[in-house]
Amino acid sequence: MARFKLPTIHSSEITDESSYLDRRKFLQIAGLAATAPVIGSACASEDSGAQGGSLGTITKSEYSTDEEQNTFEEITTYNNFYEFGTGKEDPAVNAQDFVTSPWDVKISGECDNPGTYALEDILKPHALEERVYRLRCVERWSMVIPWVGFPLADLLKRFQPNSNAKYVHFKTLYDPEQMPGQKRRVLDWPYEEGLRMDEAMNPLTIMAVGLYGKEMPNQNGAPMRLVVPWKYGFKSIKSVNEIIFTRRQPPTSWNKSIGREYGFYSNVNPERSHPRWSQASERRLGKGLFGERIDTELFNGYGEYVAHLYEGMDLIKYY
Amino acid sequence: MPSKLQLRSLKAGAFLLCLWPAANLTWALFNNKLGANPVEELLRENGIWALNFLLITLAVTPVRRLTGLTWLVRFRRMLGLFAFFYALLHFAIYVSLDLQFDFPNLAEDIIERPYITIGFAAVLLLFPLAITSTNSMMRRLGRRWLTLHTLIYPIAILGVWHYWWLVKKDITEPVIYALVLCLLLGSRLFHRVRRFAKTA
Repeated sequence: MARFKLPTIHSSEITDESSYLDRRKFLQIAGLAATAPVIGSACASEDSGAQGGSLGTITKSEYSTDEEQNTFEEITTYNNFYEFGTGKEDPAVNAQDFVTSPWDVKISGECDNPGTYALEDILKPHALEERVYRLRCVERWSMVIPWVGFPLADLLKRFQPNSNAKYVHFKTLYDPEQMPGQKRRVLDWPYEEGLRMDEAMNPLTIMAVGLYGKEMPNQNGAPMRLVVPWKYGFKSIKSVNEIIFTRRQPPTSWNKSIGREYGFYSNVNPERSHPRWSQASERRLGKGLFGERIDTELFNGYGEYVAHLYEGMDLIKYY
Repeated sequence: MPSKLQLRSLKAGAFLLCLWPAANLTWALFNNKLGANPVEELLRENGIWALNFLLITLAVTPVRRLTGLTWLVRFRRMLGLFAFFYALLHFAIYVSLDLQFDFPNLAEDIIERPYITIGFAAVLLLFPLAITSTNSMMRRLGRRWLTLHTLIYPIAILGVWHYWWLVKKDITEPVIYALVLCLLLGSRLFHRVRRFAKTA
């Protein structure tokens, strides 16, 4: 069996209740005006044709890679977001009218501050950083994407998970009227994903609200999505509207759908082939027809930050 | 029955029409319209057209029987050769642009990945059909030519199966191809049973 430690959150790391309440009070006073700059609305901007509102101050991050970034065009027209269709170009077309404001996020499970929070309240205290991450899709292609977001850990701590919280379970909005792909049972809707608590608290794990310095385009998971760069892309759930702290490993969409192909962990691993294709190499998009395949790295090259999470674990067995 | 001249111009028109997908892809390629993953797009489109032409070729005989337009059979060789053309392009793109001539990787794929194994088998089986598609080969092989060319049935089944197996989750399109193939093969079975019943 695997031997690994589940982290416990040190009490000093948790925002105390009074400052938490102060923050809420501040928000109430600040009122709607405060919500405008970050979330704005789905106002069309001329340059992108999509949402594209500005996000204000964004700091650089030491976790960013300096590899060549994919273009905004590539990142926003080649998407796996089955809620808006199974073709790569479908989401860019079908998600244009997706309404992401107002947006509520329901927090429940093993924590002291459950409730339904408006997205503005969720985002307000977090300073935004740019994180340029590699994204490795399980389909053997990869991109380099300048996400804008904040550490998931900072968000989760505010809800004061208790000592029973061993996993975090995420869900995407379920709204077949807006998400036409949900009218067909390609997957068991709503999409759901999960992380072990220590994975969720790792500094690399972020909630992203934008890319290329602008609000998250709908087709990339507006208004808020997870980004876990050492795992295959499907772990990074989009358009999150529910977070549940659980004792047990939560169900995850692709695992429920085809368990022998997609595991709960789904760490990028060149040694563990997908049953139908090798994962040893990948195609970095944007390099044209003759772009060389590159070797896939364990943990998508983020081993120095995350390898310790899986010490003593058989990564082939726990794929 | 169209005149000889009419048939020739029909054939020329059909030939150009069959080339249209390739021309379209070439245009898209040079105008940067293949999307973020051009290799995947080329691979996919050529594969789809190989399947389309396999099914169109298989549709000639049932349509001929239904409509009585016997001259349709004159188009069958060309359609079959276009199936071969797109299948070969599909395979060539896979080996060159996708695998970048990494032959150990190719061998591993063919041996270990069942959907590639059957796709590869389908391409291989198309070769004897293409080679024996000339008039002189037809004469030389006589009755055996017909037997050899029944290979088109397993090839089409392997092709659709290959598509079904490679799809990640949404099998809508492979299912449509499989249904059309069943219809085309079923019509032949139906025809045989009826003929057998008549003679019996």
